[in-house]
Amino acid sequence: MPLIEYRDALNQAFAEEIERDPNVVLMGEEVAQYDGAYKVTKGLWKKFGDKRVVDTPISEAAFIGMGIGASMLGLRPVMELMFWSFATVTWDQIVNNAGQIRYMSGGLINCPIVIRGPANGGTNVGATHSHTPENMLASVPGLKVVSAATAYDAKGLMKTAIRDNDPVMFMENTLLYGEKGEVPEEEYLIPLGKADIKREGRDITLIAHGRAALTALRAAELLAAEHDISAEVIDLRSIRPLDEEAILASVRKTHRAVLVDENKPFCGVSAQIASMLQEKCFDDLDAPVLRVTALDAPAIYSPRIEPKQLPNPQDVIRKALSIC
Amino acid sequence: MDTATKSSDHAHAPINKNLTPEAKIQLLRDMLRVRRFEQQALKQYNGGKMGGFLHLYIGQESVAVGTCSLMGDDDHVITAYRCHGHSLAVGMTMNECMAELYGKATGCSKGKGGSMHFFAPDKNYWGGHGIVGGQTPLGLGLAYGLKYKGLKGAALCFLGDGAVNQGCFYESLNMAALFDLPVIYIIENNGYSMGTSLQRSSVVKDCLAQRGEAFCVEWAQANGEDIYEVRAVTQRAIERAHKESKPTILEFDTYRYYGHSVADAKHKGGYRSEEEIDAYKRDHDPIQLFKKRLLEERVITEAQFDEISDASKAEAEASAQFAEESPLPSETSIFEDVYYEVDRQTEAGRTGKHFFND
Ligand SMILES: Cc1ncc(C[n+]2csc(CCOP(=O)(O)OP(=O)(O)O)c2C)c(N)n1
Ligand SMILES: [Mg+2]
Repeated sequence: MPLIEYRDALNQAFAEEIERDPNVVLMGEEVAQYDGAYKVTKGLWKKFGDKRVVDTPISEAAFIGMGIGASMLGLRPVMELMFWSFATVTWDQIVNNAGQIRYMSGGLINCPIVIRGPANGGTNVGATHSHTPENMLASVPGLKVVSAATAYDAKGLMKTAIRDNDPVMFMENTLLYGEKGEVPEEEYLIPLGKADIKREGRDITLIAHGRAALTALRAAELLAAEHDISAEVIDLRSIRPLDEEAILASVRKTHRAVLVDENKPFCGVSAQIASMLQEKCFDDLDAPVLRVTALDAPAIYSPRIEPKQLPNPQDVIRKALSIC
Repeated sequence: MDTATKSSDHAHAPINKNLTPEAKIQLLRDMLRVRRFEQQALKQYNGGKMGGFLHLYIGQESVAVGTCSLMGDDDHVITAYRCHGHSLAVGMTMNECMAELYGKATGCSKGKGGSMHFFAPDKNYWGGHGIVGGQTPLGLGLAYGLKYKGLKGAALCFLGDGAVNQGCFYESLNMAALFDLPVIYIIENNGYSMGTSLQRSSVVKDCLAQRGEAFCVEWAQANGEDIYEVRAVTQRAIERAHKESKPTILEFDTYRYYGHSVADAKHKGGYRSEEEIDAYKRDHDPIQLFKKRLLEERVITEAQFDEISDASKAEAEASAQFAEESPLPSETSIFEDVYYEVDRQTEAGRTGKHFFND
């Protein structure tokens, strides 16, 4: 299988879906002629031209709203936010329009849009550029939220997101864009609402999404090598819809769970899962459900300090050992 | 509209006519300090001393230095992420700025803000803002605060030619005119927003500032490379703010020599030609132009210029040394400066749980 970068896996997904469906249009700041601020859309404007790949002014409220409006008419806009942090500028469009229009129209209007971009800290760009809004978005019924940890997942999830008939918020990660992974040449789709068991284990379940899933995987390797603990790693992949079944099945097997989450702790994605675990498999748990999250403060700039603000494998191991 | 008089006449504008030789040299020195600081910052960035973005202001120095040189006690400044020039122009030290770039505890924001987020409220300087256009309502708010307090001041709010397309800017213009607020929006038109030329991002009739007409806001467009012109045009806007409590939009044509940020490899020979960059450096450099002017006016000599330039370079080098030797922020400082009440351990700060790690 070819080994390709996460960004190129996304790029393939866009190219394939643009070719497959004439209603797919890519839009955002610098996505066309500049090839994207992070080169995720590289070469697509050259290949598909002005109609399919469109540069917008710095007007997030207007262009995201425009994409939502166009999707009501059946287009399938794939909208890039250069950073998900900039969603704050267009929050009304996303939450009130994309999120509510189907419900408020009694199901008469659909909104098959994808809004995508990186949502991560860890790159020393300061608090305004380091938000991880997947938890906030997932708290809006009507929106779907997806987060890809690997090149393979990025491509398969993106293709599904584009074909989905609801608004899908797609979380990428600037720290992962350059990471390589195996991506098959033949077409594949990854369903929304299905978690991925990235490593099987017996003693404890580590649950994560996005880059935190890789942190959990690394922790699992170390737990096995150094502590003889067999950890199962579940990558949510899709946050809403959520694969409740897979999570519960794993925890019923291992009886222990540590949640790893680059969200801040307060109402982070992991908080929702922790609540679900105590409600639905309390009797199966041999220990309290623990969490490793981003430190609960705005993202500090200082390049030597910021890494400590995000979950790392050692934090996960420490928490795991405290309950194993 | 203010009629922009010919560039050569601006030396005779009231605000420039009475400048002492020392004051003129100070303007030159302030521009050189910005440039040498940033050249040093770039060198250290490439040496791995900093993280994140570094947006250089080199080429635009006359705008920040010219406008900020007019600030009185009650005039305030706020800008976007390309903020190093404004920061030094309002009187911040190279040390605190360089240390911030290094992410050190001695930085102006204690290593918390980084390149895009310099602040010095004691110098009437309110940042340094990373979200494009986000500072424009804040500039409006500074003007509102000034008027509310009965102060004769102006809020100078800088933004780029790309930032003008954010909706909150227009909401702010309407309110500035509706409420008669002494805000001055200063568009630094360097022709590009990242890799997008002005023509590809904006519908322009004659210029961007002209959009103010829709809101009955006075406006002027001027040549930003000439610091005398920058001062002359800005002074009229400040007077309007002080005397009539009215807003103005100014647009200064200018140019950035480097990429959008250091990471912008495409700027040369990509979205803009090398010839374009070279031509600007050769014929429109604000420092060289002002140097030439002061030589003609016999205010300085070549030797004096070199002396100022060298001193600025030495100051910048010393600031890198200072930053290098400064301590890092402590890990516990991550949780400081989030809440006023918690920092001061007031009753409010001691009541209820504020942080949720363990
Ligand atoms: C809301 C928002 N959208 C996009 C960005 C990314 N971005 C940062 S600077 C920039 C270009 C701004 O250009 P301009 O206003 O002309 O200022 P200049 O960089 O030329 O000083 C963009 C798109 C951002 N920081 N905030
Ligand atoms: Mg610009």
